[in-house]
Amino acid sequence: MSGAFTRYLAGRVFGLLMVILALSAVVFFLMHQVPGGPFTFEKQPLPAEQMANINRKYGLDQPVYVQYFKWLWAILHFDFGIPFQSPSETVVSLVQRAWPVTIIVGVITITISYTLGILFGITAAVWQNSWIDRVVTFVATLGLTLPSFIIGFLLVYFLSVKLRWLPTGGWGKPEQLIMPVIAYGLGPMAIVARYTRASMLEVLRSEYVRLARARGLPWHRVMLRYTLRNALVPLITVLGPSIPDVLTGSIFIEGMFSIPGLGRFFTSSAQFRDYPMIMAMMLMVAVLWGATYIISDVLYGLADPRMRVGGEVR
Amino acid sequence: MRSSSDVSNASGNSTSTVGPVLSVRDLRVEFDTRRGRVRAVDGVSFTLNAGETLGLVGESGCGKTDTALSLLRSVPAPGKIDGGSIEFEGRDLLSISERDMNRLRGKRIALIPQDPLTALNPVMTVGDHIVEVLDIHLGMRGETARSRAADLLSRVGIPEPRKRLDAYPHQLSGGMRQRVMIALAISCEPAILIADEPTTALDATVQAQILELLDEIKRETGMALLLITHNLGIVAGHCNRVAVMYCGRIAETASAGDLFRHPHHRYTAGLLACVPRLDRQGKGIFFTIPGTPPELTNLPPGCAFASRCDAVTDHCRSERPNLAHTNGSAVPGSTDHLMACWNPAAKASSDAGADHQTSARMAVAYGRAHDKSDA
Ligand SMILES: Nc1ncnc2c1ncn2[C@@H]1O[C@H](COP(=O)(O)OP(=O)(O)OP(=O)(O)O)[C@@H](O)[C@H]1O
Ligand code: SF4
Ligand SMILES: [Mg+2]
Repeated sequence: MSGAFTRYLAGRVFGLLMVILALSAVVFFLMHQVPGGPFTFEKQPLPAEQMANINRKYGLDQPVYVQYFKWLWAILHFDFGIPFQSPSETVVSLVQRAWPVTIIVGVITITISYTLGILFGITAAVWQNSWIDRVVTFVATLGLTLPSFIIGFLLVYFLSVKLRWLPTGGWGKPEQLIMPVIAYGLGPMAIVARYTRASMLEVLRSEYVRLARARGLPWHRVMLRYTLRNALVPLITVLGPSIPDVLTGSIFIEGMFSIPGLGRFFTSSAQFRDYPMIMAMMLMVAVLWGATYIISDVLYGLADPRMRVGGEVR
Repeated sequence: MRSSSDVSNASGNSTSTVGPVLSVRDLRVEFDTRRGRVRAVDGVSFTLNAGETLGLVGESGCGKTDTALSLLRSVPAPGKIDGGSIEFEGRDLLSISERDMNRLRGKRIALIPQDPLTALNPVMTVGDHIVEVLDIHLGMRGETARSRAADLLSRVGIPEPRKRLDAYPHQLSGGMRQRVMIALAISCEPAILIADEPTTALDATVQAQILELLDEIKRETGMALLLITHNLGIVAGHCNRVAVMYCGRIAETASAGDLFRHPHHRYTAGLLACVPRLDRQGKGIFFTIPGTPPELTNLPPGCAFASRCDAVTDHCRSERPNLAHTNGSAVPGSTDHLMACWNPAAKASSDAGADHQTSARMAVAYGRAHDKSDA
C-alpha cells in the first residue's frame, strides 16, 4: 500500500471522527431540549422531591454541557451508561444481546437480496424486452412500491394463516427467518435489480463494448471483461449506503415477526427519553454509515482506475 | 503476407492488375425507428484492392460509418444489414457463421473507430487491450505478447511503449488514444483496414502524422485501406480512388485524380466548387453546399440531391439515377469512373470544368505535398 493511500485513509477516518463528535454534541443538546424527561410520567407524576433525587442520581441536574463532557469522558472508557428503559443491565450488554440477532437477519437479507438483485438485473439487461425482463421489471416495481410491512402482512396471511407452512414469528429456528428475510429483502433486491439492469444496458450500448465485438472477441469474453465489471463497479456506491440501514434493523419487521433484535429500541429509546441508549444508537448508526462510505470509496477506487487516489501509473 | 512487388504493383493507377480483396455489392442497411424506416445504406457497391486506399467521402449522416461497420457485420442495433453481398477471400461475409466472422474481425479486417475517446475499456490498461487481441487471434501469450504489444505501440509513435502498456485510457491524450486504436487495429496485420475519420478529433500536426503513419503501414504490409473522411484535402493527398456518398448511395466513384479533374455528379462538383478554406483553428479544409440533405425517412422518388441542385431537371425529380459509366455504358470495374446523375457537370460546360480543376488543385495543395493519386 502506498503512502498516499495511507494518508488518504487516515484523513478520511479523522474526518469521520470529527463529524461524529460534532453530531454527538448536536444530538446531545437537542435531546435535552425536547420537553419531558425519562422520569416524567403523565399519569402518575413523581413527587418533586423524589424527582430531584432521581435526577441527581443520573446527573440530570447538572448543566447540559457538563453532562455532555461527562458522557464523552465515559464513552472514551467504553462506558455507555445504563439504559433507563432497562436499568438492570448496561447499554453495552443490551446491545450485545439484541444486535447479533439483527445482524444475522441483516446479513442474510443483504446476501440473498443483493445476489438475486444483481443476477436478475443482468438477466433482464442481456435479454432486454424478453419475458424475463418483463417479470423482473414487474417484481422490481412491486418490491419498490410495497412497504415491507405490507409484504410481511401478506406473507403471514398466506404462508402462516392460510397455508400453515411457516410459523408466524419467533426466533431460533431457521424457518422463522424465511418470511422476515423476504419481507425485508424484496425492496433492496428491487433497487439492486433495477440499478443493475440500467447500468448493464448502458455499458452494453457503449462504444467500447461494440468495438470489442468488432475486434472479434467472443461474446462471453466481452461479457466478462467489458460488460459485467464495468456495469457492477458503480453498484458499489448504491449497495454500500443501504448496508447500515439493514444492519440496524427494522422496527416493523422485528415487531411483526417477534424478532428480539435492535430495531424496536430505536423507537422505544426515543419514547422513554432513554438518553444513554439514544446516544449509543446514534453512535452506532454514525460509525456504520461513515465506515460504509469510506469502505465503498476505497473499493470503488480499487475497481475503477479513474477514481484512484492521485491517478498515478503504478 | 503479400510480397513487396505486389504492393508496388497495387499502388497508383495500376490497381486494376490486382484482383480486389473485397467486393461489396448492393449493400443495404436499414434502421427501424419510431419515425419510420431509415435506409442508411441503400445499394452501395464498391471494390477494394490490396495496397490501395479508397476514400469514402460525404456529408455527416450519409452512411459512411454504417457502410464501414457492415464489413465487420457490426452495425449497431436497431440497424441491420438487409441485403447485398460482401465478398472477402472467396466467401460472402453476410452468409458465414458468427464464429467464422469472429475469426475475421480484428484479424483480417480491422477498424479504427471514429471516436478514440470512448473506444477503450476504462478499467483495462492499454496493454490488456492489445495482449487480448494477440491472444485471441494469434495465440500469443505472456512475455511474447507483451513485447509484441510494446513493439506495436512504438510502431505507431508512442514514446516509452513499455511504460504505456500499463497506462489506463484516461491517462492518455486523444492523439495517444487514437494511436493506441491504430496499434490495436494493425496488431494482426489485417488485409483490410477501415479508418473511420481517424483524425477528426486531432489537431493538424497530429492529423498529418497519423495519416503519414497509415500510408507507411499500408506500404509495408500491402493491406487495403478504406479511409472515411469528409476532408477533400485528405482524399487528394492519401487516396487512390474515391467514392462520394450522398443519402446512403454512392453518387460518384473514380480515381482520385479523375474525380478532382472531371467531377461529373453535381454533388461532387458542388463539393469541389465550394471555395476551400482553412477553418479558424487551421484544422483543415471544409466544404459546404447550401441546404441540407432530405430526411432519410422521407426521400424523394427521384435524385436525392434534387432539392439542392442548380442543374435539376424534371427527369431528376421523377426517376432515381443509377450508377453508370461516365461514357454512358454500365460496365462496372474498379478504376472506372461511375456516377449517378442525369445532368452531369463535366459535359455541361467547359468553363465549369476549368473551375473544378482550379478547386482540385487547391484541394491538392491543401492536402499533402506528394499526391500519389495524381501521379
Ligand atoms: N441508431 C440509429 N437510429 C436511427 N437511424 C440511425 C441510427 N444510427 C444511424 N442512423 C442513420 O444512419 C445514417 C447514416 O449514419 P452514419 O453514422 O453511417 O453516417 P456517417 O456518414 O458516418 O456520418 P458522420 O460523418 O457524422 O460520421 C444517419 O443519417 C442516420 O439517419
Ligand atoms: S440527377 Fe439531376 S438533381 Fe441529381 S445531381 Fe444530377 S442534375 Fe442534380
Ligand atoms: Mg460516421
